[in-house]
Amino acid sequence: MLKSLAVIFVVTTLTFFLVRLMPGNPLDIYINSLLVQGIPLADAQEQAASIYRVDLSKPVLQQYVEYLAGIFLHGDFGMSITAMGTPVSKLVLKFLPWTLFVVLVSLIISFSIGLLLGMLMAYRRETWFDHILSAFASIMSSVPNYLVGMLIVVYFCVRWKLLDFSDLRGSHSPDVPVGFTLRFFLDALYHATLPILTYVVTTIGHWMLVMKSSTLATMGEDYVTVARARGLRDGRITLAYVGRNAVLPLFTQLALSIGSVVGGSILIETIFTYQGIGQQLNLAMISRDYPVMQGVFIIITASVVTANLLADLLYSRLDPRIRVQGR
Amino acid sequence: MLLRSLKIMTRNRMGFFGFIMVTLIILTAYVAPLFVPLDNSAHVEAIYEAPSRAHPLGTDYQGRDNLSQILNGGRDIIYVSALAAALSALIAVVLGSLAALLGGVFNSLAVSLAEMVLTIPHFPLLIVVAGFLRLTRPTSLALILAAVSWAGLMLAIRSQVLSLKEREYVQAARCLGLPIRHLLFKEILPNMMSYVVISFVLAMTHAMYAQVGLIFLGIIPLASHNWGVMISLAWGQGAIFSKDSSWYLLAPIAVVALLQFSLVSMTRSLDELFNPRLRTGE
Repeated sequence: MLKSLAVIFVVTTLTFFLVRLMPGNPLDIYINSLLVQGIPLADAQEQAASIYRVDLSKPVLQQYVEYLAGIFLHGDFGMSITAMGTPVSKLVLKFLPWTLFVVLVSLIISFSIGLLLGMLMAYRRETWFDHILSAFASIMSSVPNYLVGMLIVVYFCVRWKLLDFSDLRGSHSPDVPVGFTLRFFLDALYHATLPILTYVVTTIGHWMLVMKSSTLATMGEDYVTVARARGLRDGRITLAYVGRNAVLPLFTQLALSIGSVVGGSILIETIFTYQGIGQQLNLAMISRDYPVMQGVFIIITASVVTANLLADLLYSRLDPRIRVQGR
Repeated sequence: MLLRSLKIMTRNRMGFFGFIMVTLIILTAYVAPLFVPLDNSAHVEAIYEAPSRAHPLGTDYQGRDNLSQILNGGRDIIYVSALAAALSALIAVVLGSLAALLGGVFNSLAVSLAEMVLTIPHFPLLIVVAGFLRLTRPTSLALILAAVSWAGLMLAIRSQVLSLKEREYVQAARCLGLPIRHLLFKEILPNMMSYVVISFVLAMTHAMYAQVGLIFLGIIPLASHNWGVMISLAWGQGAIFSKDSSWYLLAPIAVVALLQFSLVSMTRSLDELFNPRLRTGE
């Protein structure tokens, strides 16, 4: 818990000083661009100060403390430069849920199918089923996900016309009202087809291979031999003795996987023009909208850190050894 | 000696295939530019041509030959990935073994730092840092890539050294009063070489992922010609929309994907080579 807070704190500090202490400091560039437009220095400084949420007349250290207080106490990340007058926090709240939605759905799909296939591979090892799936898994887990995304667009959307690329753009259709309705949920899912497909295809190989080796390791354990000697049914041994114990180590990797998927969302969302937080970071990057960049980066880090915490909690719930130790 | 090493590597067929492909691609990337010069002039009459005898991989949006761009476009990518991987392995080995051998405050500081770097999502961090620093030189890009990617390997090396240093042969060397340099380089490091080499190769794939991704997003200036620039331009110029033009996008994608896959497969053969315990039935 303390460590997670420390990470968020470090990232916040890093972004604050990156903006201020870099050569070609974006604050000065912004003020200069206003001066060129004929705005007097005092007004320009005031405008820059309101956007970056800092008071330029104060010493850097005091600016820093106020910046931190703004973020942690009021959730105030400053204003966007390109979308004049829009607070960064509002942009984040608008786009973050879409990214989390896509990442969560894909993780659930790829984790569960990957586990299932991995176990089957372990039970049918050295058959054609295992060989084909192993080859698929090792190819898919080594090719960069954004390249797979591009290939999906080229083949599924352009060549074979299975999916309509332009219709799938965006995070939801404009004519479907936003709300907690089944229609809206299905529409959101429809628009997320391509990113979800890409994430699932590129992460599933990893789960398959890890689950296969974990299952193989568990199958040799003494308690499985004992269960077999007791004459328990195969199905029960597979699920309750092998399966449950083989899955456990995979939960620790779930957290790392969330981090890399959320990190990769910048590329994937840009390719599919999916309106999530990753695409926002890229747009902010292109237009040099530094307050948005800062805010989005801090939020991405915070969500990855939170996901890590949740995965840790989940793991300690699932593994009785840790649960007992914690008491 | 060399022949014997090669023979050991052939034991894993997938691994050996990867090794051959990696060697071929790297050799081609460095040798081919000497024979096939890059023709950067536009040929308006030959825009987006389908593959033919003159242009085996078709042409791009300015009528330039795709094949010669592929042949010339690997050097920078491979150089930056290898340098980034070497630097991150170096940081990881030095910090990891020092943390394990020295212990104390240095150990806890290094571990907390590594855990922190590991938690911050790498790609967004790269984007933000690259955005502020405006990287233009390949070497500085490799430095940044290494700076975000050493942490996982460092933690692994630290725990390996922790376990290795309790082995009898290391204890014996220690009793002889040999300096820490000797303990590290002569006793401990050779025993985790397979791990370090494999991590180096995997770090190369991660660096390539990040590098091509950054180029695709346009965060690294598109000054030189390489596979990433090809992918970025092909995507930006809408090369996906017809069959003839999509060669411009598919060719670099295929090379990058093949190289990534070959690097990952190669680790299996390297494992056999550096880890004598795996060689059964000899």
